[in-house]
Amino acid sequence: MKIKVIINGEKKVLDIEPHEILLDVLRRYGYYSVRRGCDTGMCGICTVLFDGKPVPSCSVFAARADGHEITTLEGLPEAKEFAELLAEEGADQCGYCSPGLIVNTVYLKKLKIKKMDEAKIKLIGNLCRCTGYEGQHRAIAKFLGVEK
Amino acid sequence: MKEVTRKIPKKDALGLLLGKPVYTDDIAPENSLIVKILRSPHAFARIKNIDTSEAEKIEGIECIITHLDLPRNPITRAGQGYPEPSPHDWYILDEYVRYVGDEVAIIAGKNEQCVEEALQKIKVEYEIFEPVLDFEKAEDHPSIIHPEKESHPMFEIGFDAEKNIAASYEMEIGNIEEELKNCDVVVHQRYYTQAQAHVAFEPHTAASYLDMHGRLVIISSTQVPFHVRRIIAEAFGLPIKDIRVIKPRIGGGFGGKQAIHGEPFVAAVTLKTGKPAKIVYTRQEVFEATYTRHPMRYDITLGATKDGKLKVIDMQGLSDTGAYGEHALTTFMVAGSKTLPLYNKVSAVRFTGKVVYTNKVPAGAFRGYGAIQGNFALESTIDMLAEKLGMDPVEFRKKNMIAEGETSPIFKIMGEGREGVEMFVRSCKLNECVEEGMKLINWKEKYPRVKISETKIRGVGMAIAMQGSGIANIDMGAAILKLNDDGSFNLLIGATDLGTGSDTILAQIAAEVLNVPTENIIVYSSDTDLTPFDVGAYASSTTYVSGNAVKRAAEKMKKLIIKEGARKLGIEESKVDFDGNYIYEINGDKKLPLKELATVLYYTENQKQLITDASYVGEESPPPFMAGFAEVEVDIETGKVKLINYVAVVDCGTTINPNLAKIQVEGGLVQGIGMTLFEDVKYSPNGKLLTNNLMHYKIPSRLDIGNIIVKFAESYEPTGPFGAKSVAEIGIDTPPAAIANAIYNAVGIRITSLPITPEKILMSLK
Repeated sequence: MKIKVIINGEKKVLDIEPHEILLDVLRRYGYYSVRRGCDTGMCGICTVLFDGKPVPSCSVFAARADGHEITTLEGLPEAKEFAELLAEEGADQCGYCSPGLIVNTVYLKKLKIKKMDEAKIKLIGNLCRCTGYEGQHRAIAKFLGVEK
Repeated sequence: MKEVTRKIPKKDALGLLLGKPVYTDDIAPENSLIVKILRSPHAFARIKNIDTSEAEKIEGIECIITHLDLPRNPITRAGQGYPEPSPHDWYILDEYVRYVGDEVAIIAGKNEQCVEEALQKIKVEYEIFEPVLDFEKAEDHPSIIHPEKESHPMFEIGFDAEKNIAASYEMEIGNIEEELKNCDVVVHQRYYTQAQAHVAFEPHTAASYLDMHGRLVIISSTQVPFHVRRIIAEAFGLPIKDIRVIKPRIGGGFGGKQAIHGEPFVAAVTLKTGKPAKIVYTRQEVFEATYTRHPMRYDITLGATKDGKLKVIDMQGLSDTGAYGEHALTTFMVAGSKTLPLYNKVSAVRFTGKVVYTNKVPAGAFRGYGAIQGNFALESTIDMLAEKLGMDPVEFRKKNMIAEGETSPIFKIMGEGREGVEMFVRSCKLNECVEEGMKLINWKEKYPRVKISETKIRGVGMAIAMQGSGIANIDMGAAILKLNDDGSFNLLIGATDLGTGSDTILAQIAAEVLNVPTENIIVYSSDTDLTPFDVGAYASSTTYVSGNAVKRAAEKMKKLIIKEGARKLGIEESKVDFDGNYIYEINGDKKLPLKELATVLYYTENQKQLITDASYVGEESPPPFMAGFAEVEVDIETGKVKLINYVAVVDCGTTINPNLAKIQVEGGLVQGIGMTLFEDVKYSPNGKLLTNNLMHYKIPSRLDIGNIIVKFAESYEPTGPFGAKSVAEIGIDTPPAAIANAIYNAVGIRITSLPITPEKILMSLK
């Protein structure tokens, strides 16, 4: 079957199977920032924006995206600024979980969240096994302009 | 130092962060056959018959491979120095299945769907045996997990398959029983640690294809590309020269990828069909069928005289290696060798025990590698002993712990799987770590407890730890440095960057020697065809072992540049130096830019490639040290423990890149905190892992960790590259004991099995 979606601002017609998951379809079409971490919607690594709101793409049927707008890390111009802040802290490490974190944090910036406690609660679903989170928090504080 | 100690971002940072296709699954050949594994539903059984005929009829299925189709060469999957100290007890596929999840058949097809369907259609008849699920009953169990004749150790490791013993070890210095008689205070305690899961977020992934010469190329998310090449060659009976292993970027390892996992299965498919193949483990497969940490039991006896001198340490252990003996002996020995030297002034010390097989998920390497298990047991008991002596536990440690310039007989007696090397500790700022940690946690104000409310009590506790820097006399790393015609350099290293940043810090080391910006060093690593040998990323070896190799290669390059520059300038070599930009006359005006020399050397005069190489094997394994201080809040109504602060002060020598060193410690701490408080492992009564997904297996989130404060002591290791020791593992070791001690100090209960769940605390409080 075919679905019409806007991905990163571009109109696309995607050929999918009815059982396919959005994560797999996005990867098949070359959006490699979308990575599989856990299969159960627990790790936040495959986060994309669905009509502007973050969702784990492993838990969405691709067919549901028909007529909707998807934004991956590749389509977020603000991603680079935050990526550079993470890099300055060495908070990328293996980098595998970073795109999901970046998509979610850029979303928080759009919501104008400036309190670290609130940001941490909203990012609780973005797990990381390498960094111990502290370096990420240093970068997040700078990116969101957290008030001290 | 200009380049070393620079807090620069990792060379691969932006590529990783911005989602470039850099991991194995991203770069596997597009037309790869999809490979999946039919796994055993039984904990212990023999395959009587496999009928694949229905499955083979499914459209798109390319091949189904069973144990009847493959060579049966006993190997170990463990990626260790060769010959390995792990028994060769594993077969690509075998007629026996030894845990729920063990491999039964390999299925390859053109898409996921047809392979999934084929998995359902394979009919297997099993002869089911009673599994061994309790490691404390494994030794005399009627079921023998490895009854096959072919399995064998590579050298004497105390292997006794008939008793389900993969390895055993004993050593004693002095006379424990006699010395205990002279002690005023003796404490004894038993401890248990669990089968922690690594949860590296990139699942184990491998792809393979035949190149134009018919050689087998494997792309793999591995920590040990050179070991993978050797083990695959051995398993299939192929010459090493016919195999190339490439490690692209990898999404974490922590020891879980210090082995072959998916590689033999894709290789089997490619060798049979000639076609590219790939396998991406599901998260459930990663939990059920890769590696865990070795669960261990320790019985510790400590004895001291009333003046606070520790006289006796006796550690008797039992370790559970699961279905295969991977890293069995070495993780067990490290529980002693990376804890006992902390207290080097004892009169008698003993370390004995066995590593047994069970029908559970195989245990393997995991950051800490036994040291965290041993540390939990030893450092908890040290607190018990200090209390019995009426001493502050910090003061007791300071009185008894190792110091700079000292040695321990353990270094020589206990290596990894064999004898170690004699070593004096040339750098040890443990005392400074303890002092600084006490200040940062505010020990004097907070020890032992502060009551916050009727139901909440805060306590502080601490532990000290050590690790190593590579395996002395065994781990080898090599580097090649080559000058380009614009004056930049290629650094080719076998060392394996798992996300740790080793590519970057090795470039910083080369840049420091050559006095050039790190940005002028282009790194390529971990490709068995193109980079020199390196054992890989484990045993905290890369900074020290590979780093020393890079430093030597760079020193040779500097000499070569001076030699060729002097020739071009027409001056004697001894009168010329190189400052990173120019080859110049020391007492004169003549100078030549490096770029000009490089261009001349390649195109016009006396043409040649400037290239140097060096190898390094550590003659010692200098330990990094640390002191960890935990402040916890215990809710006596619910049993919940909230971590308020964790202070880590680390002596890892020079931090080559302070940002990356800090993240290594922070990441290690949080994994250790997870093991201490959250990461519970549960099996069903018939041996199926129940905690096989992230809903049931809880790793720490960003809200679970409290405040983490990491500091580095000023330290310089004379044998390390620019004074550096390792930093990869040391961070993980202290949380179990420090947190357990803090809980004891808060509410007076001693939890001796991990994880420390609210249930355990409530039950003990009642």
